[in-house]
Amino acid sequence: MKKIVDFFFENLTKLTALFSLILLVAIMAVLFNEALPAISAFGLSFISEDVWAPNREVFGGFSSIVGSLLSTFIAMFLATPIAIGIAIFLSEIAPARVKEPIGVSVELLAAIPSVIYGMWGLFYFAPIIRDIFGGNGIGMLTAGIVLAIMILPFIAAVTRDAMNTTPDMLKESAYALGATKWDVIKDVIIPFAKAGVIGSIILALGRAIGETMAVTFVMGNVHNISLDLTAAATNIPTTLANEFAEAESGLHYASLFYLALILFLMSFVTIFVSKIYFLRKVRKSK
Amino acid sequence: MTAKRRRVVINYFALSFSIGSAVLGIGFLFWILWILVSNGIGALNMDIFTFDGAPPGFAESGLRHALVGQLILALGATIFGVPVGILAGTYLSEYGQTSKYANFIRDISDTMMSTPSIVIGTFVYAVVVSPMGHFSGWAGIVALAIMMVPIVLRTTDDMLSLVPQTLREAAAALGAPKYKVILQIVYRSAKVGILTGVLLSIARIAGETAPLLFTSFNNNFFSTDISEPIASLTVTMFSYATSPYEDWQQLGWAAAFILTAFVLGVNVLGRLFIKTKRKR
Repeated sequence: MKKIVDFFFENLTKLTALFSLILLVAIMAVLFNEALPAISAFGLSFISEDVWAPNREVFGGFSSIVGSLLSTFIAMFLATPIAIGIAIFLSEIAPARVKEPIGVSVELLAAIPSVIYGMWGLFYFAPIIRDIFGGNGIGMLTAGIVLAIMILPFIAAVTRDAMNTTPDMLKESAYALGATKWDVIKDVIIPFAKAGVIGSIILALGRAIGETMAVTFVMGNVHNISLDLTAAATNIPTTLANEFAEAESGLHYASLFYLALILFLMSFVTIFVSKIYFLRKVRKSK
Repeated sequence: MTAKRRRVVINYFALSFSIGSAVLGIGFLFWILWILVSNGIGALNMDIFTFDGAPPGFAESGLRHALVGQLILALGATIFGVPVGILAGTYLSEYGQTSKYANFIRDISDTMMSTPSIVIGTFVYAVVVSPMGHFSGWAGIVALAIMMVPIVLRTTDDMLSLVPQTLREAAAALGAPKYKVILQIVYRSAKVGILTGVLLSIARIAGETAPLLFTSFNNNFFSTDISEPIASLTVTMFSYATSPYEDWQQLGWAAAFILTAFVLGVNVLGRLFIKTKRKR
């Protein structure tokens, strides 16, 4: 009897452990299947075609895909140095009294729902961008900056954790040789924490690509590629959020699923790579 | 300039940059919090909890429909998502441990955790909404439950691995079969940790908007019918905030404040729980 229950319990847990794997495969299969009409209609040129005209049944994903890459690039470009600055401040510079409260509040800020960032962006940040850069405040630049602020606490918290794993002895040896604080940070701490830092940046990149609510408010959802960053634009999540519930034709749906599939693959690859190559090392070293 | 002098100057600039970026970044984040609190408190009143959605301009409008809808969605997702997550986490920590297979499942589950939530929304649309023919609370529950599993799995795995090995061995030495060791010894000593993980995962899905946009959709009326579209705090917030009506925008801020207060409250509580747990 005991053996039977034991057997049953072990296999029940084993089965549930498979849940994520099954789901991941199912998502890929379902998205592919739903996107099939668009894939057969437009093929791979969907990626480079920039006309998105539901009224004419012509769909090209270029504007959304480029929008995703561009908004993510802006966000990472702005957030990475600032987040690393925060991490350095928290792990090396801040006095012990300040370290704990600021560190905890940065972590808490990472927990704030992204829809809040979007709302703040729409009501408070977009007008500022409008006044400084012109345009109407809704567009790629605003979306990129709001996205940057959203991923800031995330990168900062993980990077700080990675930096904190540097053994004190290494740092003290460097100080004993006459190194300045910056020398220690640049030559001891960052090389030591490199895997964790790069991993957290790539992980944040994966999040930024798929983030919806922080950008949907301020992106504008205009299928338009322009070098003018203050112009309204779109990216994949924004297109999905705005058009999915209202799509009428089958081809429109299929094209949206095609975009979702591309988004899924982009984030999947980034996140999986960061997990396998960088963050696993951090896990092992703990 | 001597080499030493140069290093000191570089040090000075680098550290100033670091402090400056910390002030800038943290300043921005606190600005957002301040906006939220100042707008939210101003918009908060009892009507919000007693009245449902109403057309713009009506004095008697509130968020009751959204609060109740959110509660139903979160509860439903918890019922489905938490058991799966806990059992799967149990497998990783108690059976799989550090085997290749277990680590692979960990990576897959972490990848699931970071999968864009809007993609999960489109997936649930295809497998639940399409066959049913209309948006429904069920679809929203499925989408949120899918998001919950990897979070609960992760915390359960972490919390169970904190349970001392000697406890398991002691129970096994008394002749307890493995399932009994897990159910009566391991779970019991990791109770607070697992519960905290569940709470944190509820807080996490409570803030999700994207997967609900085209699953549970939205409903401006009070409804507890899960097979129909149902309102949620976040989607209501989205549609109210992007509307041109001032009183709807006010309600949007109130919803934002309630949501953030809940999420941050749970996170602070969870932190305290885990801290006291680790100290013991």
